[in-house]
Amino acid sequence: MKQQSPMPRRAFIKGLASSAGVLLAGCSQTEPPTYGHVLRMGDLLTYKAHRLLLPAHSLAREYDYADISSVPAIGTTNPADPAKSSFSQEHGPVYERLLATRFEDWRLVVEGSVTRPRAFSLDELKRMASRTQITRHTCEEGWSAIAQWTGVPLRTVLEAVGVRTSARFVQYYAYDGWRDGIDMLDALHPQTILAYGMNGRDLPISHGAPLRLRVEKQLGYKSMKFLRRIVVTDHFDDHGRAGLIQNGWSWYAGI
Amino acid sequence: MNAGGHRRWVRICHWLVAASFLTLAVSGFFILMAHPRLYLGHVGNDLTPALLTLPISNNYRPGELQRSVVFTEIPGTPISAERNFAIFNQNGWGRSLHFLAAWILVLVGALYAAIGLVGGHIRRDLMPRELTRRALLQDLKDHLLPRVGSASPGLPYGLLQKLAYVTVMFIALPLMVLTGLTMSPAVTAAYPILLDLFGGYQTARTIHFFGFAALVLFLLVHLAMVVATGFGRQLRTMTWGN
Repeated sequence: MKQQSPMPRRAFIKGLASSAGVLLAGCSQTEPPTYGHVLRMGDLLTYKAHRLLLPAHSLAREYDYADISSVPAIGTTNPADPAKSSFSQEHGPVYERLLATRFEDWRLVVEGSVTRPRAFSLDELKRMASRTQITRHTCEEGWSAIAQWTGVPLRTVLEAVGVRTSARFVQYYAYDGWRDGIDMLDALHPQTILAYGMNGRDLPISHGAPLRLRVEKQLGYKSMKFLRRIVVTDHFDDHGRAGLIQNGWSWYAGI
Repeated sequence: MNAGGHRRWVRICHWLVAASFLTLAVSGFFILMAHPRLYLGHVGNDLTPALLTLPISNNYRPGELQRSVVFTEIPGTPISAERNFAIFNQNGWGRSLHFLAAWILVLVGALYAAIGLVGGHIRRDLMPRELTRRALLQDLKDHLLPRVGSASPGLPYGLLQKLAYVTVMFIALPLMVLTGLTMSPAVTAAYPILLDLFGGYQTARTIHFFGFAALVLFLLVHLAMVVATGFGRQLRTMTWGN
């Protein structure tokens, strides 16, 4: 019998296509996706080369107190200001209320691929073992500044909530609507801290009060200000339209 | 291939380097436009004095920054100021393209150096072994008069030509790579010696700019010499090899 139904072949091709899709999705889940874009492929090459060639636990240079310099505050300087283009309709008014009570009701939610998700108050974070470091902020625009940052290592917070062994990335969300993420290697780095102090004082509003991230081995834009939520994930999250990649920026900024 | 022609691998490397250099120059210029101020040391921003301000974009406006935070009460201590206006910034694609081109330049450059050293091209064709003060002065005179128009395209290279190529390949381009790496927070964490070698992140950035200027000058002279010695003939030699 020579007769052959076209259906099995079509189903076969469909099956091939969908398994290819699963494979592609599988790839993009554990590393930054390229979307077939040549610039994103270059970014991925740089990221992979850094992870392959550079020692994981090397520390960014720490400077002396006398090296502390003036620091411009750029980007969002106050998430409660509706005049700013970065104003978030959803989170801006919340930030304004938190500001009115000097962040007494502010909480950092830490959840996702963890065994004990919880929300930390500012006082709770300040009671945890702190780290103070004087480091250089390297802005992607080309300028640099040195400041002293005090905070709790992200690693300490992640250990407190119990990160699952399947976790690969840490995503963070801010009151100006920005969201981003880092891989577990940067998240667990000793200099990656959740900073509540700058130059010996509470973090000023323009520099991200009450809490900002410091990722010292990447460009300044990864050190997100005005944090509200941290989510540990097993897979890569590009954060869609609110994320860096779809806005044309490299996710990895260790350059 | 005739006596004056370039080898195929030299031609391939030449055009790959040419394409990546042009890409690096253009994307680098856009990156510089985002902050057209140059400094020395580790620190430099709109609130600190610049060594040099380049009039290539409107992004230098420290007077419009709002001075809102003083870090301590002691007079003369560091301050902070808010920037509440948008600036020209094309660094998203600019930097990614810059690094993509840099990868190509570094890999092709390494391949060229490896083949050139092993195969003898660098020793045989590029080392200025005939270098004496007299030969140098003679070649300078030939260029200024100018008498090089009658020279044959391709090999062998003239004395000044060799010196220019060797300087670009073994001094300028490696310096660009090293100063570029010194601007990377991840690389300098692993190799802090880079920061000490160049005297800081901003000094490395400033050297990177002057290296760019020198290489663009080289390119202009290179193109002028190609035109002066027969544009079509030279282009054919570097493309088809004869």
